[in-house]
Amino acid sequence: MPEQLVFAMEVVLNGLMAGVLYALVALGFVLIYKASGIFNYAQGVMALFAAMTLVGIMQGQVPFAHLINATFGLHVTHFGWQIPGFIAILLTMAVMVLLAWLVQTFIMRHLIGQEPIILFMATIGLAYFLEGVADLMWGSEIKTLDVGLPQGINLWIDERTFNIFGYGFFIDNLDIVATIIAALLVAALVAFSQYTKQGRAMRAVADDHQAALSVGISLNFIWVLVWSVAGFVALVAGIMWGTKSGVQFSLSLIALKALPVLMLGGFTSIPGAIVGGLIIGVGEKLFEFAIGPLVGGATENWFAYVLALIFLVFRPQGLFGEKIIERV
Amino acid sequence: MFYREAGDFKTSYVDDSQTFPIKFDRYRYYVVLVVAFGIIPFIINDYWANAILLPFLIYAIAAIGLNVLVGYCGQVSLGTGGFMAVGAYACYKLMTAFPEVSMFIHVILAGGITAAVGVLFGLPSLRIKGFYLAVATLAAQFFLVWLFNRVPWFYNYSASGQINAPERDTFGILITGPNASAWATYMFCLIFLTLSAIIARNLTRGTIGRSWMAIRDMDIAAEIIGVNPLKAKLSAFAVSSFFVGISGALFFALYLGAVEVGEAFGIQKSFLVLFMVIIGGLGSIFGSFAGAAFLVLLPVVLKVVGADMLGWPTDIVAHLNLVIVGALIIIFLVLEPHGLAQLWRVAKEKLRLWPFPH
Repeated sequence: MPEQLVFAMEVVLNGLMAGVLYALVALGFVLIYKASGIFNYAQGVMALFAAMTLVGIMQGQVPFAHLINATFGLHVTHFGWQIPGFIAILLTMAVMVLLAWLVQTFIMRHLIGQEPIILFMATIGLAYFLEGVADLMWGSEIKTLDVGLPQGINLWIDERTFNIFGYGFFIDNLDIVATIIAALLVAALVAFSQYTKQGRAMRAVADDHQAALSVGISLNFIWVLVWSVAGFVALVAGIMWGTKSGVQFSLSLIALKALPVLMLGGFTSIPGAIVGGLIIGVGEKLFEFAIGPLVGGATENWFAYVLALIFLVFRPQGLFGEKIIERV
Repeated sequence: MFYREAGDFKTSYVDDSQTFPIKFDRYRYYVVLVVAFGIIPFIINDYWANAILLPFLIYAIAAIGLNVLVGYCGQVSLGTGGFMAVGAYACYKLMTAFPEVSMFIHVILAGGITAAVGVLFGLPSLRIKGFYLAVATLAAQFFLVWLFNRVPWFYNYSASGQINAPERDTFGILITGPNASAWATYMFCLIFLTLSAIIARNLTRGTIGRSWMAIRDMDIAAEIIGVNPLKAKLSAFAVSSFFVGISGALFFALYLGAVEVGEAFGIQKSFLVLFMVIIGGLGSIFGSFAGAAFLVLLPVVLKVVGADMLGWPTDIVAHLNLVIVGALIIIFLVLEPHGLAQLWRVAKEKLRLWPFPH
């Protein structure tokens, strides 16, 4: 087998894995957009916030320590205890639910009936706010997150591929775990929205707000629920990305990576988010591998957007999006 | 008492169609012009120019440009930073290629080049709408920034990858480079801002502006009554990018002097200008000024109050800055989704009747 082809195969595999992580972020967007028509720009910052909170709780950091110290002249940093990962994840989830409730009560409830662009801007405001709060609460330095996920090269795949192709593929264990978790997450979400009462209510709200209201579904509750689920997805994405590249500001930029995924897959489709993520992941890695060196590299910054843009010109609602019907 | 139409008789069509039909408003406008052109240049110093006035003037131009696109034509764009970068790099290439030509011409040409690029990236708007378009314009943002970072021709093969504004003058007065005086740069930006505002204001109340607004309100209906969506949308992209390009050129040549494209014209800039437009008020030229003033002043005020007066560490002030900006945006949207311009309109309405309640 020619060497280039083997390299390309490795690139495709890695692209698929990266695509899963993009899809994970895109999923959070889709959930909120479907249920409330809000395009939640803050999803990336929510992932950052969740990851920082998780690290903070695990290490027993005192929230707002820096601010307290500066105001009262104290020197507190840590409570002095360590909390195991599993319990910390549950506590973080509680924080995310609280956040969902706060967002719904203090922001989104007052903006019902506004134009989509206004709602979108509100979520950008929320993104700024959360970013500032996260930094104030836990400090802005880069943190490492370790909840016990395996990391490093997968030797089994390395060995197997070496035997077949004479070249060992480099596949990160973490990517494999992320893929499995993402698959489980999607299965759980689908099961939740198909087979539980709340899940059905969520889909009803997504379908038609007024009809849902008229059969007695509380919109307020459903929106809190949706934001909580999005917070949960953000937490999972935050754990994956945080373990991979450290918990830092750039984590919130994964939202920007997820946007072309959304465009490609359609804003309203969960399978679309996954397929879109995979296409973008493979596409940008292959493009960087094949064309990147010719034009100076770092094409990953824009390739996904241009791909999505070209695609949209031919199919404006994305791959799986609902057909846009316009009437006067 | 103020803003009364009473006693102000219009006797000709010209009178009837002037920009400020109310006498009080007109005089207020003249007073602002006199202060801006006649008083501030004589009392300006470097701190005021660099910290407040220059960014305000330049962002106001950018906000007017974006307001044409978002507020009047309804096409949401997140590519403002990228288009500003086009203006800046076009200006840089022109400045270095034709050193003897006046800066006025360079800046206007830079705007023209940006308009052409804007039309190119506006083409998808004919097919894509709403959020899909907003995200599609991000393609322009990332692609343009990447282009200016990676293609050495744009930064004249300089080793640092930065572009530095050489010293250039207009009518014999030095306006770029470190030795330019504050009043000269201020006046240069002010002239561009005034011209931009007048042009934008008159475009938006003429035929073309009406076709933009028709497209914004409902594009299919507009098409049925005979508005050409191709012409309306692309002209909005062209006009908007023209202003944004001018502001980018000024931002680089007069305000910063040296630019690293990812830092100066990143995605944050796009959001900042969009915030100005939304906080100021969509579809209002005055709103662009108000929004730019608000978001330029806010960090300065926070820094003065937090770091200088209360003595907090600067990183806490920076984080608080984020929190406060975010919270203010949300509060504004909740209380007054139509922005500062709407507050101003309400205030005018109240002032008209004041001191009587009805």
